[in-house]
Amino acid sequence: MSAHAGTTASSSAAAPLSWKPFAVLAIFLIVGPSVIYPVFLMKALCFALFACAFNILLGFTGLLSFGHAAFLGMASYGSAHAAKVWGFTPELAILFGTVIAMALGLVIGMLTIRSRGIYFANITLAFAQMVFFFCLQAKFTGGEDGIQSVARGRLFGLISLQSDMVMYAFVAVIFFLSFLLIYRIIHSPFGQVLRAVRENEARATSLGYKVEHYKLAAFVLSATLVGLAGAVKALVFQLASLTDVSWQMSGEVVLMTLLGGVGTIFGPAIGALVIVSMENYLAELGSWVTVIQGVIFVLCVMFFRRGIVGTLMDLWAKRNAH
Amino acid sequence: MIEIFGISSQALFGQLLIGLINGAFYAMLSLGLAVIFGMLNIINFCHGALYMIGAFVAWMLLNWLGIGYWWALLISPIITGALGVVIERLFLQRLRDLDHLYGLLLTFGLALILEGVFRQNFGASGLPYRIPPELTGGTNLGFMFLPNYRAWVIVLSLFVCLGTWFAIEYTRLGSYLRAATENPALVQAFGVNVSRMITLTYGFGVALAAIAGVLAAPIYQVSPLMGSNIIIVVFAVVVIGGMGSILGSIVTGFGLGIAEGLTKVFYPEASSTVIFVIMAIVLLIRPSGLFGKGA
Repeated sequence: MSAHAGTTASSSAAAPLSWKPFAVLAIFLIVGPSVIYPVFLMKALCFALFACAFNILLGFTGLLSFGHAAFLGMASYGSAHAAKVWGFTPELAILFGTVIAMALGLVIGMLTIRSRGIYFANITLAFAQMVFFFCLQAKFTGGEDGIQSVARGRLFGLISLQSDMVMYAFVAVIFFLSFLLIYRIIHSPFGQVLRAVRENEARATSLGYKVEHYKLAAFVLSATLVGLAGAVKALVFQLASLTDVSWQMSGEVVLMTLLGGVGTIFGPAIGALVIVSMENYLAELGSWVTVIQGVIFVLCVMFFRRGIVGTLMDLWAKRNAH
Repeated sequence: MIEIFGISSQALFGQLLIGLINGAFYAMLSLGLAVIFGMLNIINFCHGALYMIGAFVAWMLLNWLGIGYWWALLISPIITGALGVVIERLFLQRLRDLDHLYGLLLTFGLALILEGVFRQNFGASGLPYRIPPELTGGTNLGFMFLPNYRAWVIVLSLFVCLGTWFAIEYTRLGSYLRAATENPALVQAFGVNVSRMITLTYGFGVALAAIAGVLAAPIYQVSPLMGSNIIIVVFAVVVIGGMGSILGSIVTGFGLGIAEGLTKVFYPEASSTVIFVIMAIVLLIRPSGLFGKGA
């Protein structure tokens, strides 16, 4: 997505490491459940991580994957199956789901990473659809029914996660650490190289970077963190279903990222929050929710390509300039 | 009854026919995508939705205005193609100078809007559309029974596909088009209105989808979901054939339809994944697709 990337790169590369957004995030995570229904909050957090992990690829490497639902869905099946059938403790079930997404990310990444732009989008979509049909037919996924009534179990075999508040605390800690990790990756030398690849791949190659290795690493990293979101989501809702592997889900994460701000650290999380609340509160409108999502998509692409956070950052920069 | 590899010939030819029919739709849809991709460099994500609208226009013409199949086959592509022209002028034209991925995102948003509106108004279940009386019944070929309508679908789609291919490769207009794909600025300098050509190309690609939609109406039910069910497979077909290759999309479309049909006979569990497996293998051996010129 090079059209707007120039301004993003300069602003995010110049910004020093800052603890302020994390203080805000921590306060939000602590105060949140007393204001908002914790299950809804957990759902929002899952999608926020999904979108932020997706953004490592789209926003910071410049690769649009249209198949990230495969990682979300497979990880969620993996963790649900491990928890329900094998009786894994929650942390092991989540680990198992995440590792599955990582392995799948490695395989799909190796097959797709050589392609670029639209080709990459199309090929990742097709692979995700292959995973979807696999999940539809495989025995362990339960087909149309999915894996239902997964027990949340006891954390480390000790703390029961049955209560929503305890589960919330667990989820909040996971997500806080994940966001910290993503932030750290983006601001590492590795993240710098990724941005160089996004801005000018030929230049990065000529500087001696093995561009394909960096892209593959970003892909696997993104898939792994998306998998973490999926694995946790399965335990939160005690359910893994086909919705999470469907191509609509791959589209939804693109929408969240675009709406929040491609190439901003917290933008996708805010985009996710908006979309999840919209789906939650407008659910009785039926198919109109899809139509509204489509309209937001079109508006973002036509007029609002920097997203919510990107636009706010521009306004902020303009105000400070005067 | 004759048996081949332990499979009755009736079942084999039956599935081959279904494969050929599916292949006809894959070919027409991927051809439209290839034409659009060649000129606009975008993957038209709302292609499936426009195929669905093509079928719905035929249904509306019949049920609301009493206009039958044959006229629908002409009117529906014109109406849907006009919608395509509007989409290009209103949206895609403004995105021409940006990264082509924005075109993909925009058409994805449009697909959501179009499908949502139709699902809201017509529900998710399919509506029946009768086979035109001229094409009911079938012919007994000795080794199998061939319904006339299905034979018609195969013949017409072959005609449409080869006609398009001929028009692009061997006519003056087609040579303008190919030239504009290579170097739009130069063709513009020769006095050809490239902008209008791009708009009309998009409209034409959309009309191809609408023809496929009308043809599909009597076979599959007319449903708001019919587009998204088929389009993802068509995307895989496009990847296998090589993006933007006209002849490639036709050959791969029919070929993969048949491959899918044969899989249904010999190993039914894999029938919905076989195309994606073929895609993975092709990508490993030829990353730019069977007929592609390089990514």
